[in-house]
Amino acid sequence: MPNLEHPAYPAAKLLQLESLVPCRESQVSLLLSIFGEREQFSFPSIFIYGHRASGKTYVMHTLLNTLQLPHVFVNCVEYFTSRLLLEEILIQLQRYSEAEQASHVPCDTLNDFVRLFKQAVASRELQDQTLYIVLDRAEQLREMEANILPSFLRLQELTDRNVTVVLLSEIVWELFRPNNGCLEPVTLYFPDYSIGHLQKILSQNHPPLYSADFYAAYINILLGVFYMVCRDLKELQHLAALNFSKYCEPVVRGEANERDTRKLWKNIEPHLKKAMQTVYLREISSSQWERLQHDDGEPGQLKGLSAHTHVELPYYSKFLLIAAYLASYNPVRTDKRFFIKHHGKIRKTNFMKKHEKTSNHLLGPKPFPLDRLLAILYSIVDNRVAPTANIFSQITSLVTLQLLSMVGHNDQLDGPRYKCTVSLDFIRAVAR
Amino acid sequence: QHRNLLELLKRTTIHGESNSVLIIGPRGSGKTALLNHALKDLKEMKQVQENLLEHFLPGLLQTNDKVTLKEITRQLQLENVVGDKVFGSFAENLAFLLEALRKGDRASSCPVLFVLDEFDLFVHHKNQTLLYNLFDVSQSAQTPVTVVGLTCRQDILELLEKRVKSRFSHRQIYLLNSFDFRQYLKIFKEQLSLPAKLPDNFFAQKWNSNIQRLTEDKVVQEVLQNLFHHSKDLRSLHLLLMLAVCKVTVHHPLVTAADLQEASKHYRADSRANIVHGLSVLEICLIIAMKHLNDVYEGEPFNFQMVYNEFQKFVQRKAHCMNNFEKPVVMKAFEHLLQLELVKPIERPTVRAQKEYLLMRLLLDNHQIMDALQLYPNCPTDVRQWAASSLSWL
Repeated sequence: MPNLEHPAYPAAKLLQLESLVPCRESQVSLLLSIFGEREQFSFPSIFIYGHRASGKTYVMHTLLNTLQLPHVFVNCVEYFTSRLLLEEILIQLQRYSEAEQASHVPCDTLNDFVRLFKQAVASRELQDQTLYIVLDRAEQLREMEANILPSFLRLQELTDRNVTVVLLSEIVWELFRPNNGCLEPVTLYFPDYSIGHLQKILSQNHPPLYSADFYAAYINILLGVFYMVCRDLKELQHLAALNFSKYCEPVVRGEANERDTRKLWKNIEPHLKKAMQTVYLREISSSQWERLQHDDGEPGQLKGLSAHTHVELPYYSKFLLIAAYLASYNPVRTDKRFFIKHHGKIRKTNFMKKHEKTSNHLLGPKPFPLDRLLAILYSIVDNRVAPTANIFSQITSLVTLQLLSMVGHNDQLDGPRYKCTVSLDFIRAVAR
Repeated sequence: QHRNLLELLKRTTIHGESNSVLIIGPRGSGKTALLNHALKDLKEMKQVQENLLEHFLPGLLQTNDKVTLKEITRQLQLENVVGDKVFGSFAENLAFLLEALRKGDRASSCPVLFVLDEFDLFVHHKNQTLLYNLFDVSQSAQTPVTVVGLTCRQDILELLEKRVKSRFSHRQIYLLNSFDFRQYLKIFKEQLSLPAKLPDNFFAQKWNSNIQRLTEDKVVQEVLQNLFHHSKDLRSLHLLLMLAVCKVTVHHPLVTAADLQEASKHYRADSRANIVHGLSVLEICLIIAMKHLNDVYEGEPFNFQMVYNEFQKFVQRKAHCMNNFEKPVVMKAFEHLLQLELVKPIERPTVRAQKEYLLMRLLLDNHQIMDALQLYPNCPTDVRQWAASSLSWL
């Protein structure tokens, strides 16, 4: 692993920096060589992209703070309009000026911003050092006014000062480029962590009570289950923290010692599989998960956020919902065949062959008129159903629950048309 | 072209003639540099020194006429400016400005130079009032005013309204990157050479001789040839050279061919392939499923349900290493792909439509996917074979 060296910064600081950013040394050394010495001009803009938890924000933060370079850090999701963004940059710049009070400077347009920026940068504390403006989640800049992004890329030229703008984002640069072209930034890629790197970083958080090898074995098992699905460092850290106590349980209870890997594996495996369906999908919160672990009872029915058992429907509503599902997904021609006692032969038309590939299940529900719904309902319910207002009000309440959705205008001539918006699994759960 | 511009500017300042000119050229061809150079030369001439008033109006910052007018009055430091604030409505300001410009005649007032950067953005203002007025003033014989516009759109004249176009003297200076590869090499050498006036003469000589050697090196020529074919403008050359020069430290004092090669590789890296490199195996399977759907249906949009179906078919028939994941887990992987903008919906999602049935398109090419798969670490062989397979088993 290369040692970070740079003549402008003291070696002790660089060593400290290196310890704080594992597995990212080459990126940091590249950044250092681009930044150069404190007073040197750097590129006008740098664009850093990489996956979600690949450490872009963290590395920038530690780098700028450890070496104490003057910087302004703004998250574009938090300051989502141009006015908020520009004012926040100016407020943070006041840290470096000599005035004591933090006055609120109104700044509406970029023109004012450039003017106020030139004033703010002229303080003695900065001493011609490069000022870094770091914009996190820069993809939100595309949603703001059209001149924000090109201006920030050219800020060095527009203000004629020593400033570099760093943009961090998940999305590639080609999707950012404005139509007319702009000053192209230097694009840097933060590669994703490999499985070895992930292991190294996750193993750093081991709790002090257990040995490092024990924790490393646990991380191995965790990665084995989850690596195929997800490589996000933050998610894996969350899962590792939640499940560790369950993993240690046999050791705590005295059934196995630390090296008995097979027993530990058998204990933890079904647990991790369950975790994949619940905590990973955020169906239940982490506190609920921990409580479940403590109870250690039957796996039982976990009341997830999208669980089907939440919704209790009255008798007729269930039938209505099933009828709606059938109406949405069966083509009209087959109605006669399914629902009438004496059916005739179905004539295969040429029409059928052309559309054979795209089954209805793939394309989504089709709208159906109210009469068809009622017709199917009458045929699937065993006893006689009178078309009372009760039935109609149940239909409306299904629409409010968003289990059905109304298609078309309120005052259509043919009567209201509906569409079923739930999936087959839900129907199956309801039908039980 | 430099001479042309210089001539023009001289005529304004010394002889008091009004003019307007447009400098057109693609991005990075040095329009601003040319103008700055001409202005510097102009200022060195004795007659001009105190006389010229310049106003730089970058188009990116002036979003509408009101802002521009405020900026002009601020730069002109006219009488109704108190400190930095400017008051009055738009119409008042404009009238005042025009008065001030109109009062002076040839003999007694200073020539004014307006530089409008990103000229095409000014054209999009409402009614093009500012442009109209500026050109109007430059045509009428009062204060000598020169308006210089810089733009990168070739069809800029068609965007101007008729009345504005008629007041514009159709002077255009075109800057095209029309040099060939040999001149490109010479430029490369000149950019990298240190001037002889440096205090450390010995190092400067060593450096320059190294640069000379590099220019004749085959590898370096190949790298530059690649860049030249991709884009001729000097800005990308600068970027590449800066990346290479960054590697120069005390221990590594001379730029080598390897540095240039690495910088070139860095510059030309395919960013989408990099992103695909970091996806999990499940997400790669989804992308391959989408690729197959695209092949079968010839580029028609698909939705999540179809992709999930393909994935199921793969898992049931061919895969021995992938377990069958639950549908919500696969949905989460799909949403991750959406967030990375590798898959984009055709229209904005409405409240009524379900998430799974929203039609989307894949933003990756078949070749990109196959190349990225080659580089993907630890790819299970089943998945790789599935990607390369034709659809004979459908």
